[in-house]
Amino acid sequence: MMVSKALISSSPQIHARGSTRSVMAWVLIALLPAGIWSLFLFGLRPVLVLAASSGAAVLTEYLLNRIFRGDNTLGDLSAVVTGVLVGFNMPPHVPLFIPAAASVFAIAVVKWSFGGLGANWMNPALAGRVFVFSSWGPSMTKWTLPALGGNGVTDTISGATPLGAVKVALTSTTGGMNGPMGLLESTGNPVTYLDLFLGRIPGSLGEMSALLLILGGLLLVILRIVNWEIPLTYLGTFALLIWVFDGGRYGGGLFSGDVLFHLLSGGLMLGAWFMASDMVTVPLIWKGRIIFGAGCGLFTFIFRSYGSLPEGVSLAIILMNIFTPLIDKFIVPKRYGVGS
Amino acid sequence: MRTLRTFSRGGIHPPEFKAATADKPIKNAPLPATALVPFSQHIGAPAKPLVSVGDHVEEAQVIGESVGLLSAAVHSPIPGLVQEFRTIYLPSGVKTEAVVIELFGKFSRSGKPVQRSDWGSFSKEKILGILRNHGVVGQGGAAFPSHVKFSIPKGRAFEVFLVNAAECEPYLSADHRVMVEHTDDLIEGIQIVRRILNPTRVVVGIESNKKDAVDILTRAGKIHDIEVVPLKVKYPQGAEKNLIEAILDREVPSGKLPIEVGVINASVGTLVSVCQAVRDDRPVIDRVVTVSGGAVKNPSNILVRVGTSVRDLIEECGGLVAEPERFICGGPMMGFAFSDLDTPITKGTSGILALTSREVRYFSQTACLSCGKCIEACPMGLSPTTIYKNIDHGRLDEAVKEGLADCVFCGACAYCCPAHIPLVSAFRAARGRHRRLSSRRRPR
Repeated sequence: MMVSKALISSSPQIHARGSTRSVMAWVLIALLPAGIWSLFLFGLRPVLVLAASSGAAVLTEYLLNRIFRGDNTLGDLSAVVTGVLVGFNMPPHVPLFIPAAASVFAIAVVKWSFGGLGANWMNPALAGRVFVFSSWGPSMTKWTLPALGGNGVTDTISGATPLGAVKVALTSTTGGMNGPMGLLESTGNPVTYLDLFLGRIPGSLGEMSALLLILGGLLLVILRIVNWEIPLTYLGTFALLIWVFDGGRYGGGLFSGDVLFHLLSGGLMLGAWFMASDMVTVPLIWKGRIIFGAGCGLFTFIFRSYGSLPEGVSLAIILMNIFTPLIDKFIVPKRYGVGS
Repeated sequence: MRTLRTFSRGGIHPPEFKAATADKPIKNAPLPATALVPFSQHIGAPAKPLVSVGDHVEEAQVIGESVGLLSAAVHSPIPGLVQEFRTIYLPSGVKTEAVVIELFGKFSRSGKPVQRSDWGSFSKEKILGILRNHGVVGQGGAAFPSHVKFSIPKGRAFEVFLVNAAECEPYLSADHRVMVEHTDDLIEGIQIVRRILNPTRVVVGIESNKKDAVDILTRAGKIHDIEVVPLKVKYPQGAEKNLIEAILDREVPSGKLPIEVGVINASVGTLVSVCQAVRDDRPVIDRVVTVSGGAVKNPSNILVRVGTSVRDLIEECGGLVAEPERFICGGPMMGFAFSDLDTPITKGTSGILALTSREVRYFSQTACLSCGKCIEACPMGLSPTTIYKNIDHGRLDEAVKEGLADCVFCGACAYCCPAHIPLVSAFRAARGRHRRLSSRRRPR
């Protein structure tokens, strides 16, 4: 009998190109433009923040690998993605131990205590952000005006994010204001839509440019790494609710909300394209993902418009993460040859 | 432009790799000096050996008879002497007795004129008997004995005879070439089955990437009242349940056979065998096989005797030009890997592939990302990730509830899984385990 050295394996004998590693690598590539943009805005500071967050994430993953003697999971790059996303969610001049702490929490508590990659039910990076936000709130809300800011000021001056400024202003004024843009102008912090679009406003270092985040997100949609359902329904539902109801806060009637201001402000684009679409923590089939996206939009609207904090993206996504198993239980594919 | 029909759930688009052989005419392989003929080349009971060591057998002589309800006869592919009996494993994992026949003596059929019989006067029972005694089995892969397939169970309403000409597996083009080169035999095979089954409709489903075959069959179909339906290129178009849905918009209920929705189907190669068995009194002793893959020098479609070794067949195609990472019997999506080059061609062998490491691509497995790609790919509307996780956690009953039994092992899920989880092998193992457990549980 002559036996060749060819291997035996179960069918299928051929496989598509993608891998966990390539998925994660593409996410990093899609985040790159927004990351580079933060260097233009804040100098070298974002490098330090990202190094702290990614370094802590990778180190935590490595140590847990060693402790539990499992497979080496550093190569799948998921820890790097978590670390970078944590960094993207930080104010540029945050003390460096904070992003590091957020990453340790994200990897050790949120991801590993449920079984590591694929087993976590909550987006690790968002959970890390919420953890440090509740632990070191003041440091997490000290914002920096970008160097290329509309006001031409240097990067050491602190200011509020447009969403934060609006929230504060609304508590002291009563009605009659011409939407959020008018309100900002009257408080001496005027911005233009272009500032918001390009990121010439204070904010977390990775959420600055809506433009670059949309481009990165579209790249992932084209590569079929991100499904279109979640960004589309998230942004769509949110925009619709803002348009219909948000005008009320400024003394306007229904259908007078400033959709563009809200779409381009805060962490919405980063959240919708890169966090809410995290495949591990969202429903398995497209119908479920549409419900998920719509839910994110609804809760972001509620938290932003009626909550005590200016931002609502993180909590909205985490809240919907909790609903994911429930959605997966009821929204299931229609099987061939079963039922009518 | 008319939109092509296809099945509704899932499906994938692997690269076709058919160009290497699709335009090459079928060539004849030389007769093997020794043939290794398994007695189990079909689903059901193995044929019962009728020869012993030292016997002289004629070309196409019955050497194994069909026993029981589900079985098929086996014939000697060459004239010769019975050397020995061996127990071998086929690539599918089936363990079977096989006989080694050394070429010797005169050919009683090859090169002789064929006496065509007028089967129009044959009774249904007579034709089914011929199929049984001439060892005609499905050639699409499962090798189901044809005389059983073409018998309508009592109390079932039959309507449509469906010819499966999808050939959706990458690399394979044997059916394609048979349709183009042996159109008359195929049509006559269809007419013979029509005589047995008396269907109200005869439909040929064929993927549109075989344009010449679509044209030829459409022309011939007009004369013989055969509908030809070109289908979108999508894997697994040729899986019978999906083909039925694509063409007839009917779903075979879970756990049931196509006859439940009035359909009986057969593949192209099978129908040519039917024609040769009934019209020419010729048992199944050869078949057309696609030999392809990056490691093969001259990929070919080749008419080869059953029992020819893979080594001889590859030699006939110019040998190997690279170290193969995998030898595959069948197509790359559902075929079986093997490493023994003495492996014989059987009636169910549609292809022999020698793939290089570049074609196979090796990836390491990671944890499931719950990306849902497997669900999007599944043609049966299952959730492979859910079934896999249930199996992985030892919840076999849950896995069955999620539809483990409906899985057709097409491999679409495992093909596109970015975590490279061996889903098909897990499902196959779990199915076997479940079958053993449930037979144990049943009261005696």
